[in-house]
Amino acid sequence: MIGIDDKGFYGKFGGAYIPEMLHPNIEELKQNYVAIIEDKAFQSQFDNLLTDYVGRPTPLYLASRLSEKYKAKIYLKREDLCHTGAHKVNNTIGQILLAQKLGKKRIIAETGAGQHGVATATVCALMGMDCTIYMGEVDIARQRPNVERMKILGAKVIPASSGSKTLKDATNEAMRQWINDPVDTHYIIGSVVGPDPYPEMVAKFQSVISKEIKIQLKEKEGRENPDMVIACVGGGSNAAGAFYHYYNEPDVRLIAVEAAGLGIHSGKSAATTALGKMGILHGSKTLLMQTEDGQVVEPHSISAGLDYPGIGPIHAHLFDIGRAEFVGVEDKHAMEAGIELSKLEGIIPAIESAHALYALNQIEYKPDDIIVINLSGRGDKDLETYIKWGKY
Amino acid sequence: MNRIDRLFQEKQEKILSIYFTAGYPKIDDTLPIMEAIAAAGGDVIEIGIPFSDPIADGPTIQESNKLALENGMTLKLLFRQLEGMREKISTPVVLMGYLNPIIQYGMEAFCSKCQEVGVDGLILPDLPMQQYLDEFKEVFDQYGLKNTFLISPQTSENRIREIDRHSDGFIYMVSSHSITGAKSGISDQQLEYFQRVKDMDLNNPRLIGFGISDHESFEKVSGYAHGAIIGSAFIKVLSSAKELKSDIQTYIQEVKKYNYDHSS
Ligand SMILES: Cc1ncc(COP(=O)(O)O)c(C=O)c1O
Repeated sequence: MIGIDDKGFYGKFGGAYIPEMLHPNIEELKQNYVAIIEDKAFQSQFDNLLTDYVGRPTPLYLASRLSEKYKAKIYLKREDLCHTGAHKVNNTIGQILLAQKLGKKRIIAETGAGQHGVATATVCALMGMDCTIYMGEVDIARQRPNVERMKILGAKVIPASSGSKTLKDATNEAMRQWINDPVDTHYIIGSVVGPDPYPEMVAKFQSVISKEIKIQLKEKEGRENPDMVIACVGGGSNAAGAFYHYYNEPDVRLIAVEAAGLGIHSGKSAATTALGKMGILHGSKTLLMQTEDGQVVEPHSISAGLDYPGIGPIHAHLFDIGRAEFVGVEDKHAMEAGIELSKLEGIIPAIESAHALYALNQIEYKPDDIIVINLSGRGDKDLETYIKWGKY
Repeated sequence: MNRIDRLFQEKQEKILSIYFTAGYPKIDDTLPIMEAIAAAGGDVIEIGIPFSDPIADGPTIQESNKLALENGMTLKLLFRQLEGMREKISTPVVLMGYLNPIIQYGMEAFCSKCQEVGVDGLILPDLPMQQYLDEFKEVFDQYGLKNTFLISPQTSENRIREIDRHSDGFIYMVSSHSITGAKSGISDQQLEYFQRVKDMDLNNPRLIGFGISDHESFEKVSGYAHGAIIGSAFIKVLSSAKELKSDIQTYIQEVKKYNYDHSS
């Protein structure tokens, strides 16, 4: 069985490598989160918000023109239609309800593309909670509209100006802030990264994606299992959600798509499984892009949401045991795939999700295969990048 | 006998531990800084192993880490610099660092090298107690290295007792809810916490760190523990130092406010 063990590890990966200052917070979460989220009242509150506020279930859309082009039956799981424009909100709804149950007063979060920041600012507005978002300076510049959205929603956006000034550094800043204010603050981590129990908790909140896929595919195809599920991996939360109910269904191929930037061996990529080694960052043992001396390498991807030097421990494990196939898609190909989907289906995808789309060109499949691609987000936030890219 | 044990046997109060980042301000400053600290009467020397992502550190130590890495500091180079240090100084030396660079070096190779050059203990802020017990205690013991745990105002009494049980050097009391260097001044609330822990009558000596910067704060916290640790404030001294050795001497003597006869 693939899943987390009672010490908080997925195989060799995971754990909670955190400073003692955060021990009480992590322990509080560990001791309480399962009971809280399995409580009937919590679940109905969570489900109601997902239905009425987020707009779930999101459609499982048979993309016929895309299918025709790629000669397979391709379904898009439309997480781009979630309120706020990406899957991130599934997790923030869950965590804000949890934070309330834990009696927390303030919320902090890191963000890369700004999608998680927006999703966090949104639920904080909804619940009337104080919200501070940490975001790398580089990302603030390339995801401007999301910065403004967060501000409109009432959040404070604090620039992270250390290191590569992207997601990794925003995460460092958020962790430091949590150390500085541990009692009243809940840290809403935005992906399946961080110390145990975050990776599993975030995966559980995102698992609604594959739960719905199973039901929807059964209705449309008479079977719950597609031949493969494809998702992009930054930290890996949309992929974890799309894979969750398929981990232990060996007939379903799981394809995890990483950002290969300017090329896996260009020195400018975020292809963690191709380039990384076992390491420890942000509280968990996982695969990590690093120098020989154990310094974390500054990654590169055209999409801010994939611009992270590690992956969640669950994905390191899926890679390690060969349960998921990992593919690296380059910046230029992701852009191509994003524009292609826009023309073929009238859907402008987030550049993160466009990586997953392009993977169709890099993997083998049979003509009658049923393929589900998790379309994790929409491209509104990326217009600037599309415009700069031109060529459409 | 381990130099940390010897120190606490000989001295029970006003122990001054000084932290600096290896490779800062200049790549070859490691040994000269250590010698200057020892000569000025620093009781423990903590050498920070620079890391790209120091999540428990404030801006001052972040910056020293960054510059040290830009200067080319690595763990391998640090060990080369520390070879022969025991011919020059007898002060206890503790390495402080995040786990990742150490794991890449190899934990056993790291511990063995520590013993070889004469390092006495380790402070690894992202190594929690359980992981230490499960994965590393055995190697640390094998190479005679003392592991120091942190506690903070949030640490429960039970947990402090457990940490005390598994410690055999000293306990590092983080003075407030904070990353390094973050707050200035010592509040009544902090003093209450110091007193509360003092009253627990632990087996291990305690040093108080984070936010200690000068004679006044050193004196104040020393009343509640066996001494204190200065990091960020010392890094600031290094960053503005004109003459490393004498500036270090001046600063440490100012903190301790007595003239140290360094003939010992
Ligand atoms: C649309 C979209 N997809 C994917 C990601 C990557 O995150 P994860 O790998 O956690 O799904 C992001 C992150 O910001 C995103 O905005």
